[in-house]
Amino acid sequence: MRSRWRKFKESDFLYHFFRDPVAYVSFGILLVLLISAFAAPLVAPHNPYDPTTIDIMDAETPPAWTDTGTRKFLLGTDDMGRDLFSTMLYGMRISIIIGLGAVFLQAFLGIVIGLLSGYIKRLDNILMRIADVQLSFSTYMIAIFIGAVFQTAFGVANYEKIAAPLLIIIIGIAEWPQYARTVRASVLAERKKEYVEAARVIGLPRLRIMWRHILPNTLSPVLVLSTVQVANAIMSEAALSFLGLGMPLLKPSLGSLITAGFEYIFSGSWWITILPGILLVLLILVINLLGDWVRDYLNPKLYKG
Amino acid sequence: MDKLLSIEHLNVDFAMRTGPLRAVNDVSLTVDKGERLGLVGESGAGKSVLGFSIINLISKPGYIQSGRVIFQGTDISSYSDEQIRQVRGNRISMIFQDPMMTLNPVLTIGAQMRETLHAHGSMSEAAATAICLEKLKKVYISSPHKRLSQYPHEFSGGMRQRIVIAISLLTSPALIIADEPTTALDVTIQAEIMDLLLELCKNENMGLLLITHDLAVVSQVTQRIAVMYAGTIVELGPTEEIIHKPQHPYTRGLLGALPQKASGRGRLNQIPGVMPGLAKIPVGCPFSNRCSLVREVCRSTRPTLDAKKSGNQVACHLVDQG
Amino acid sequence: MFAFAVKRIFQAVIVMLIISVIGFSIKHNFGDPVRELVGERVTPEERDQIRERLGLNDPFLVQYGRFLVEALHGNLGRSFFFKRPVTEVILSKAPATLELVFCASLIVILLSVPMGIYAAIYPRRLVSRIIMGGSIVGVSIPVFLTAIMLIYIFSVELGWLPSFGRGETVRLFGFWDSGLLTRDGLLHLIMPSIALSSIMLPLFIRLIRSEMMEVLESEYVKFAWAKGLHPRRIWYVHAFKNTLLPVITVGGVQLGIMVAFTILTETVFQWQGMGSMFIESVTRADTALMVSYIVVVGAIFVVVNTLVDLIYGLVNPTVRVAGR
Repeated sequence: MRSRWRKFKESDFLYHFFRDPVAYVSFGILLVLLISAFAAPLVAPHNPYDPTTIDIMDAETPPAWTDTGTRKFLLGTDDMGRDLFSTMLYGMRISIIIGLGAVFLQAFLGIVIGLLSGYIKRLDNILMRIADVQLSFSTYMIAIFIGAVFQTAFGVANYEKIAAPLLIIIIGIAEWPQYARTVRASVLAERKKEYVEAARVIGLPRLRIMWRHILPNTLSPVLVLSTVQVANAIMSEAALSFLGLGMPLLKPSLGSLITAGFEYIFSGSWWITILPGILLVLLILVINLLGDWVRDYLNPKLYKG
Repeated sequence: MDKLLSIEHLNVDFAMRTGPLRAVNDVSLTVDKGERLGLVGESGAGKSVLGFSIINLISKPGYIQSGRVIFQGTDISSYSDEQIRQVRGNRISMIFQDPMMTLNPVLTIGAQMRETLHAHGSMSEAAATAICLEKLKKVYISSPHKRLSQYPHEFSGGMRQRIVIAISLLTSPALIIADEPTTALDVTIQAEIMDLLLELCKNENMGLLLITHDLAVVSQVTQRIAVMYAGTIVELGPTEEIIHKPQHPYTRGLLGALPQKASGRGRLNQIPGVMPGLAKIPVGCPFSNRCSLVREVCRSTRPTLDAKKSGNQVACHLVDQG
Repeated sequence: MFAFAVKRIFQAVIVMLIISVIGFSIKHNFGDPVRELVGERVTPEERDQIRERLGLNDPFLVQYGRFLVEALHGNLGRSFFFKRPVTEVILSKAPATLELVFCASLIVILLSVPMGIYAAIYPRRLVSRIIMGGSIVGVSIPVFLTAIMLIYIFSVELGWLPSFGRGETVRLFGFWDSGLLTRDGLLHLIMPSIALSSIMLPLFIRLIRSEMMEVLESEYVKFAWAKGLHPRRIWYVHAFKNTLLPVITVGGVQLGIMVAFTILTETVFQWQGMGSMFIESVTRADTALMVSYIVVVGAIFVVVNTLVDLIYGLVNPTVRVAGR
């Protein structure tokens, strides 16, 4: 373990990372966002979930730097009187948790299906057909459909109670095909290689071969895919919340905040929707930039510039 | 002394992150009108780069660092983009290695032939088609009229290469550069294509620069051979001389490695080691780290390509030393 | 070619059947056809009578069969909210969505092609870097946020453009309410179209650019240079034609994303199209309408994807002649 860390430190990766301002600036911003999101209970000046601290009379206060703002509410308050800054932090935390959770689920489903598909010819056809069709519908569409069906099935009240895990499930189910295809492609490529032949000849059981030999080699493309998918998952959650199929207003994610604040831009309280919006874009943008950088790095290195 | 092509002290570098790497090192060559010159060497020796540099078509990040390419009396290495465009495909034609990759799969053969003519002069569709048909006949393609509206994937490998040759003839160029023209083809077809090239060059009095690693092919088609190693010409002379009386240790090694020369017990003769990559070429003679005759002077000073007593030009300190 | 077409169409039919089964199951389990017909105020006995009459106690497969037959005749049930047949509701909303999609697609195609090609040919120029940088930012902004930003800047702050609805429309052919023919309608179309195109545009630019760059490195392009062809011909005929093929296939798939985004965009702009209709039907638990939207959209997907495959087969000569 020690030598792996040392190898990483001395590797190409860090060298190039620190030479590219896009990479380390994005990483820095992401770190700040992650820390402030997960340390929300410590960092946030108010607790937006505690109804006793919220006064409806505070509602729609503008941000601190405007004429009528106060320092008590740095970024102003929303329509219910909650401190916007704190709510945004908690909201970002929820968005990130759902995003990561969904990606884990998709990756898990996708890897299992991809392995099975690549290894067992009979399942391959059916599984890949399903994947193709699901992909052609676009994952946003599928997520919205499933969300709509779940809400119809459970009823709005129940749906809101289990919104967070439900969203993880929805987005997870909607996006497994990409992982499955990637893993399957890797499996098919690896199977042809000689070391797998050798393992089979020795008589290792299929599962063992899959787990110890093939799986490690599929991890690299899975990692690359995951960078895109985290950003996608966060966007999907925001979209679902915006449509009312996601996090409820009492425990809002950034998407729900944006919906809630939308109508108020016409009456002049622009910050309720714009500020969470900026935060959301910033989060997705740095994840995308980092993801792009990692992808470019892992590509065969052509002369650049 | 009106050479068709004269390459003078050409240096081609590749700009890498860590600094420029030299792929072609101080190469000088000439080709007479109608002469067939072979450029022989292993993969990576720089032969293709040299070929492309004649018409300034080196892949990025390569570039001509210094030297001149004089074609029909003019220095074309300093030509502008538009000027060199008028030379390419017009007075100098090039044939690539794999005809399946060279022909655009979504355009008809006719389109790909006619566009060459239209790029270098204006003529009516009918006139262009007529020339295309004439050249297709010259390369012995049957039913040429039908072929014009067909797509590349409808032909066999050998026929595709014939079509590529036909394309190269369209403007009646003075020089053809053929970069490994038969490497991607079946052995049986190879001979046909080379015979065809030979016949055409003789009949049309075109110069030919044949780039290949195949010694058998080059011995049958060319009049002179240049042997290239690690970016340098190490030996240059008439084909007969090079094949039967090689002088440079590398050339000797190459020819000694031919299966025909294998010893009685059936072992092939190898040159020990491998040709160095661009970044690892030794100081002094590029062959010094593999040569069995190596001396001190070889490691310190780069030999130049000089005419030796036998008449060949050889880049070696030890030839003519007794 | 013929075999290829038959295979694709057959696959399309299978997918449609599966979608119809899924759609019907949802309707069967969560919908309430009695309510759709007569509203809420019925006695339990009357309810049972109606259920018997409608055949709602028959086995699943029988009901599904009935559903299928009705669907093929164009009858997908009744929306209890609108008190009209579902097909009527959908048809009345469709023109709004279709015009929006049309304008957005126009923007995407007209802008992405030149920008993508330019960025591929001159990757290091400042303009290209700006285009690519803008693409990453564009991809990172969710559609609804772009819409909100546009509204905030151009409606609330600057007051140049209207922020909701379709504006004045003109009735064409007796049923198509078009906003394309009035100045007011066009003004209303501007922001929603831009919002809708906002994610597709960067995706297409990146796609065209990367495909084209790959093509520009190919042997046949190099050969084209060696033949001394004019750069324009090399870029637009040799390179671009080959870029088109993969772009068509991927482009067809992106349609799915486009439809999903109409739902989001229409919600923001209160655009009375199929997308906002869908969300409203979910909130109101108007199952018939909701399911029908899913089925109709599913059908559109399947048709478009099949068409794209067929067009690809026609355009790509290797497929056409070999009859894969």
